[in-house]
Amino acid sequence: MAGNKERLFVKGNEAIAMGALAAGCRCFFGYPITPQNDIPEFMSKYLVEAGGQFVQAESEVAAANMLLGAGACGVRAMTSSSSPGLSLKQEAISYMAGSEIPAVIVNMNRGGPGLGDIGPSQGDYFQSTRGGGHGDYRLLVLAPSSAQEAYDMTFDAFDLAFASRNPVLILGDAIIGQMKEPITPREPKAVDPAEGGDWRLIGAPKSGPDKREHRIIKSLFLNDGELAGQNMKLQAKYEAWKKLAACETFEVNDAELVVVAYGSIGRIAKNAVRNLRAKGKKVGLLRPKTLYPFPEKALEKLAKAGKRFLTIEHNLGQMVEDVRLSVRHYADSELFCVYPGNMPSPDDFEAPILRALGRK
Amino acid sequence: MSKANTTVAPSGEELVFTRPASLVDRPTHYCPGCHHGIAHRLVAELLDEMGVIENTIAVASIGCSVFLYNYIDADGVESPHGRAPAVATGVKRARPDKFVFTYQGDGDLASIGMAEIIHAANRGERISVVFINNTVYGMTGGQMAPTTLIGQKTTTCPAGRCLEREGAPIRMAEIIAHLGGTAFCARGSLDSVKNIRQAKKYMRQAFEVQAKGFGFGFVELLSGCPTNWRMTPVAANKRIADEMIPYFPLGVYRDVVADGTCGSMVAGGE
Repeated sequence: MAGNKERLFVKGNEAIAMGALAAGCRCFFGYPITPQNDIPEFMSKYLVEAGGQFVQAESEVAAANMLLGAGACGVRAMTSSSSPGLSLKQEAISYMAGSEIPAVIVNMNRGGPGLGDIGPSQGDYFQSTRGGGHGDYRLLVLAPSSAQEAYDMTFDAFDLAFASRNPVLILGDAIIGQMKEPITPREPKAVDPAEGGDWRLIGAPKSGPDKREHRIIKSLFLNDGELAGQNMKLQAKYEAWKKLAACETFEVNDAELVVVAYGSIGRIAKNAVRNLRAKGKKVGLLRPKTLYPFPEKALEKLAKAGKRFLTIEHNLGQMVEDVRLSVRHYADSELFCVYPGNMPSPDDFEAPILRALGRK
Repeated sequence: MSKANTTVAPSGEELVFTRPASLVDRPTHYCPGCHHGIAHRLVAELLDEMGVIENTIAVASIGCSVFLYNYIDADGVESPHGRAPAVATGVKRARPDKFVFTYQGDGDLASIGMAEIIHAANRGERISVVFINNTVYGMTGGQMAPTTLIGQKTTTCPAGRCLEREGAPIRMAEIIAHLGGTAFCARGSLDSVKNIRQAKKYMRQAFEVQAKGFGFGFVELLSGCPTNWRMTPVAANKRIADEMIPYFPLGVYRDVVADGTCGSMVAGGE
């Protein structure tokens, strides 16, 4: 499967599962929900064949807590779901962030609120980037716009999770998950068996060279000042993530208007920008690849250079708040919303982009 | 008294009662007369006697016993309210060679965590569960639990639990015993020396079915909460004997070793 240079023609969901396997994922805990079912189905066969553990949990809540347990042992583990399922996982995600447990979580975003639909949506942007559960915490949030990027980001997510001792969220949607396109797999990663050796739970030897005190992984800090100290530590970690902010830019140098869009919408918007460029319109695109940390410096730089902005989202306007905060000293951002439940094409974006370009 | 706890002091005297090595030498935060201290000690004695302390990962729950990890000298992880069996599933699947147990109260296990305990047992997860049933939410100040007895007054059923209004107290050992993955299931009590000795035997069996790979081990321990029962410790022990044991009968509810079906519980079994 992975490991050779042949190209594979797979769904985005399968690309995520393959990326996880190649990254050394050893445990997967899932629950059925559309449109992500290909991921647990793939793992139930190929992860088990590779000697790993697959559990179809009794609930999304349980799956996320199994992830917590495996992560606390320093083992590479993953869960995947879609929006209503992510709501249920937030309890364990908050605990994992609070007790600094690494894990990879996939959300193939579907329409909401409530049961919504099973089509694509970006309605979980706030939930993903603001923490989602209770308390002050953040996740590293990666937003793929193709099957290849879904594979690569999942592959890298495990390293990021262990380097930062934090859950990493892959935020895709029904388009990314269900679309089939070619990917080039990477060489499978040889995971260091000592990974997490200075914090993971593996049993505390009472004698010999490995003798140590017993370890406790927890998020409860009752003593005076202790929780404040933990929160300061977490905030410092999130601050240090800022250097990880990443984005794709396209035709921005001489652009008067920069479209900001992520994930599948970023890809559709790129086609709209390409089509408008062919018509001589000075428009460009910035596509955040990390939603947290947000590529605020790249946006600020463009704003400082005098660009104007149009944020396009598959929701009612969420990421636009981060765009506006990023450019606030020099510019504002207009907003074009595709309501979840509708499937946009590049043509749908041309008129709003031209309207924004024409307004000075 | 187990032989493991008999040792010789520097003075040459034979010590017949010492702290188990697996029990951390620090005062507990538990109230006078609370049975958590006894249950913790039994856990620690068994970890000593089975020689598994260095190989153990403890999963603490929410409630008074969240601080289990401060008292048991093993690696430990905290879990959200009711989720300990799911967390323990993740731990055991990630580290199948470790001895993994949860320690949960009745609000945690029998109310908010009902789905997790039922399914962990049904899957036959190779973990052991110590279930403390004291018929009340302790840490939060004595609210009604799923195990609160009919007529028992709590801060959220001040007129006493009423069958028509709040339903019947849940008998967990009886429920767990009927699930396919349960290898051992029993209910003991911590109200008397005799019952404590018997409870430890049950706990040993609940631990050993995990160690032998037979399946899920469960032991329910009827325990006192004098503070929230508004009783003296002695009166609390009497309440267990007079009111709890008649409703929550003691004994073994499933034992695949005794009934000879343990062969079907292991991989490749009949």
